[in-house]
Order: sequence, then structure tokens, then C-alpha cells
Amino acid sequence: MITLNQPDVHTRPAPLAAKFGPYGGQFVPETLMPALAELCQAYEHLREDVHFQRHLQHLQRTYVGRPTPLTHAHRLSEHLGGAQIYLKREDLAHSGAHKINNALGQALVAQRLGKRRIVAETGAGQHGVASATAAALLGLECVVYMGTLDIARQQPNVLRMRLLGAEVRPVESGSRTLKDAINEAIRDWVTNVENTHYLLGSALGPHPYPSMVRDFQSVIGQEARQQMLAQVGKLPDACIACVGGGSNAIGLFQAFRGDEMVALIGVEAGGLGISSGKHAARFADARLGRPGVLHGTYTYLLQNEDGQVAETHSISAGLDYPAVGPEHAYLRDIGRARYTSANDSEALDAFQMLARLEGILPALESAHAVAEAMRLAPGLRPDQALLVNLSGRGDKDLDTVMKALPDSAFRNGERS
Amino acid sequence: MKGTEHIADAFRRSQVEGRTAFMPYFTLGYPTPELSVEIVCALAQTGAGLIELGIPFSDPLADGPTIQHSTQVALEQGVTVRRCLEMIRQVRERGVVQPLILMGYYNPILAFGLERYVQGAWDAGADGLIVPDLPLEEAGALEATCREAGAALIYLAAPTSSAARLKQLAERTSGFLYLVSLTGVTGARRELSDGLGSFVRQARAVAHTPLAVGFGVSTPEQVSRVGKMADGVIVGSALIQAARDGQDAVAGVQQLAGKLSMAC
Repeated sequence: MITLNQPDVHTRPAPLAAKFGPYGGQFVPETLMPALAELCQAYEHLREDVHFQRHLQHLQRTYVGRPTPLTHAHRLSEHLGGAQIYLKREDLAHSGAHKINNALGQALVAQRLGKRRIVAETGAGQHGVASATAAALLGLECVVYMGTLDIARQQPNVLRMRLLGAEVRPVESGSRTLKDAINEAIRDWVTNVENTHYLLGSALGPHPYPSMVRDFQSVIGQEARQQMLAQVGKLPDACIACVGGGSNAIGLFQAFRGDEMVALIGVEAGGLGISSGKHAARFADARLGRPGVLHGTYTYLLQNEDGQVAETHSISAGLDYPAVGPEHAYLRDIGRARYTSANDSEALDAFQMLARLEGILPALESAHAVAEAMRLAPGLRPDQALLVNLSGRGDKDLDTVMKALPDSAFRNGERS
Repeated sequence: MKGTEHIADAFRRSQVEGRTAFMPYFTLGYPTPELSVEIVCALAQTGAGLIELGIPFSDPLADGPTIQHSTQVALEQGVTVRRCLEMIRQVRERGVVQPLILMGYYNPILAFGLERYVQGAWDAGADGLIVPDLPLEEAGALEATCREAGAALIYLAAPTSSAARLKQLAERTSGFLYLVSLTGVTGARRELSDGLGSFVRQARAVAHTPLAVGFGVSTPEQVSRVGKMADGVIVGSALIQAARDGQDAVAGVQQLAGKLSMAC
């Protein structure tokens, strides 16, 4: 029987490592190495600094609205006729996604470093909005790089960032998505490194970013674990989260890593299907997905035979990225987590299902995790539990969904 | 002769002539594979001491828009590492004798295989490598492979590098030390950075190889000023731009390179 008062071994952050097995590292131009060293040193100190952590926790409570609730998805569970599904409601965090956890943490780090300007990249726009939000709160200058393809499909978030006082700079190069926005953000950082902090939005990039972002996101799993124990009286049988760069997933997994009975499942974007080549499933595609170096880190990467980074596709801009956070590559290697994929249409089905049965419009990214839960639940017993990280809300995706779904989905007053 | 010795000879020759070694950069495969071979051969005729050749990568995060454009055009034409090595071989067959330095990002090197890449480059006629996203901390394996093959692995030092790092970079580089003139990406700038003089002096105090300055150097005037401080000067984006602007890419590059070389 698991007691409700766990020792804090589960809540203390894991030690900082530059590498996770063979993955991770610092593959960046020399110009940035001193900035990374400075950031490492500052962050190693701040993660142990009681005042810093208290300040962050205060803002999480009074500004972000933490803890976010754990919702038992009754009707969805009943409909699927198997395991009980619980949703960790990061969609209810201020600015609409888990991204604020990291943005606020790093903005506070930037402030401590004396850097008055932050640059960020964004795909779906959620990290851009979170960065713009944190910058507004702390009075920092904020520039967000965003691919023009993503600008076209995430208009509401572009407008939100501008209203929050950020400058959105369109990126025309390459595939005009998240990958190219990161290239541009890094180029800006290389140029303005003296006064600028790069507020990287996922658990990737050079050390210490994968560890720092994981730490700031690990509040998700810490809360969810306590909430499961308090509300359900036990731990879930599996934790499920979508994996683009993988920050919401690593943030959920972290608190459960020591709980060997809890399966950890990451869901990549299957796009139009793995065999189509149009996807962002780094682990699922043995032909294109091999370890390599992109954006400062050694990890699984979609690339052609010649080491050129492959173009990706996903209906969700936030998962549309060719590399995965290095710690995920490691968790997969050691068998602690497993990774699967959901394609565009499965994510859309999950999106609709959650809307109609639970009254929640999930982000299309998070809908990938819901899709995996929908696949697994019917094969499990009703006394088993799946914990799904509902990493963001779907308002930003209405345009995409309107284009992707048939008119019948929008018929008046129909409940399936 | 080893690549490192070939490079040392080139700097020595420039020194004897009382000049700064002129090191033009050009992207292999731009504007087409055939034309890039022509351009490199033309560059060799302009008094270049060494030539730096870019291996295209899809995500060149240390490069500004001009070189990005060139590598993207090259990739769109299907240029691969293997194809680049063929082009180097052609350049050698056409009688280019200067040291050839390959500038390429790490992932294509990893995908090709470190040993296979270094050996392939060596067999094709290259003398050294520059890998802009491979700092000291991650370069152990490639450094060992290069040393074994006698090829140079040239490190970049930046204005942000601390004195301690600068010393390490100076100790571990081979061939020459590449001084990044500014805090930023490649590409033409109106002015040279203010701190360049003291940066070069700082590097000089710890270096046991020649010093070459690159990034943001584009005009004969800038080349001449850099020449008063350093042993070599690297110009890239301006030459790509010259190939892009004119009717005749080869003539355009050759004309600008001639002027730059005269200023050395």
C-alpha cells in the first residue's frame, strides 16, 4: 500500500548532467560556449537557492494558477469501457499550456543573469505566448521567432504575442516551421549574447537547457503524482504525454521515474503515417530517425542518408520538429519509457471525442496523447488508471480543425 | 606532405612575400556544382594563399543569410558530401595547389562517419577541417581522427572566449587559429568590430600557429586593416554575393577576389 506522505525523494530534482548516456552535450559555435558556461553556473546555483525557488513557487501559485487540477474523464472512460482516464489539466495554466512553467522559470533566471532581453522560438505559438507573458510580467524585452508556415496556421497566437508587447519576427528559411525558428533564434543569440538570454522552449538544445527545462516542467508530475494519491488513492498504471521536443512529457515523467510499476509512454506525431515519410516520429521511423546533432544536442533526429535534416509534417505545429529531447532518447534506450505515435487523423478524432464527452478542447498536440489513451484504455480493466498530460488548450487550433474536419462536425446541436 | 605542414607552408610563403595570406571561402555546389569548381579554380588564380570550401548543411546556424542562401541552393541541386569530395578532386586535377580547408557542420560528418569523412577528404586533396558547431568539449574523437590522418582540425576562437579558453583553443588547434572577428554570424558588415585589435593581440600572446580572421570582412579596406594585425584573412559572404549579383558568376567572383587579394 502506498502511503499518502511520500518522502521527498520524488520531488527533488535529479542532478544536472551534460549528457544522458551518449545523448545531449553542447554542439554550438564557440561564441556561445561562455554564455552556456555562465548559464550552467547560474542555474546550478539557482536550483538550490531557496529564495529563487520560493519566488518561482509564489508566481506559480498566484500568477499561473498552480496547482492545475487533475480531472477524472468519467464519460470518456465509460465510453471506452476500460481503464479510468485522468487528465492533468495544464490547459488551465495561465496562457493556456504547460509552456508557462518553463518560460517563467527561465525569465527569472534571465533576470538574475542581468539580461534584459529574451529571444524565443515558437512553433504552435504557445511557447511564444508564454515567453511574451513572462517578459511582460518581469518587464523584459521579448523577440519571438516564428516560421511563416506556423504564423499562417496559428494566427491567434501571433496576435496574442503582439498584444503582450512582444515582437514576432517571421522566419522564411528552410521549412518555415519550428526548426527554422530555432535556427534564427540561435543566430540572434550568437549576435546579442552579451545582453540576451535565449529562452528555449523545450527540453532540447545544448546543456543545460534539457535539464533546466525538465526541472521547470517537473512541477507537472510532482503535482499529478500527489493528486493521484490524494484523489484516487493510487498511482496510475501509465503516464502518457505527447512528445515534440518533449518538455511536457519529461515534466510529467520525472516524478514517476522511480515508480517502476508506472509505465511512461511518449506519443510522437505520426503525421500522414510513418510509411508516408511525412511525420515527426523520430523513434518510429528506422529509415529517417537516427542519432545526430541538431540545435546543439546529440539525439534522435530525422535526417536523410547524407545527414541533412529531414522536413517534417504534423497537423500540430508544436510537434512538427525533427529532433527529440536527448533525455527521451536515453529513457528509451534504458527501457524506462516507451514511445509510440498517433497520426493526424487519430489526433483529430481524439480532439473531437474529448470535446463532446468531456467539454474540453485540447491542443492538437495534447490530442496525440489522448489518442494513445483511447487506444490503450479498452484493453485494460476499469480499476486501472491512465494519466494523460493535457498539455494545452485547443482554442489556437480552431482554424486548423475547421479546415481538417468535414462540415458535419460543426452541425448544430449534435452529440455523438 | 601532411595537411598541417601544407597549411604552415602557405602562411610562411605569404609571410616571405610580405603579405597576409588571403583565404577566400566559397560554397561547394553554388550556384551549380560545375560553376563552383570553375569559381574555386578562378579563386586559385587571384593570389589566394589558402581556400576554404563550404560543405552544405540544411541548418547552418553560424551563417548569415548570404551563405545560408548558397548552401540551400546547393542542397536543392542534390549536393552531398560525396559530391563535394568529387568536386575537391576535380579542383586538384585542374591544378589548384593551395591548401584546401573544408568548412562543414557536424551532422553531415557524423552521418558520413568520422573516419570515412576525414579519409575521404584527405584522399580527395583537402588539408584541414573547420567544424563551426563543434567546440573543444565535443571534438575529441574528430581531433584524434584528424591527427592520425595528418589533417588539420582548425578551431574557432570568438571575442567572447575567456582568456583560459583562448589558451586551450590555441593549444589544440592545428594549421591555424580561426579568429571570429565579431560576436555574430557570417556576413558582410559596414565596420570591423572595435575590439578586434585587442582580440588578435590576446590570441597572439598564446598562439603557436598563424592567426586568420574571418566573419564580417568583405571589402578591400577591411582586408587591408585586418592584414595589419593577422596572418590570414578570410572572406566568404562577399564572394557569394558577387557570384549572385553579376551576369557571370565566375568573372564576378574573380574580379572581387583580385581586389581583395591585392589588399592583402
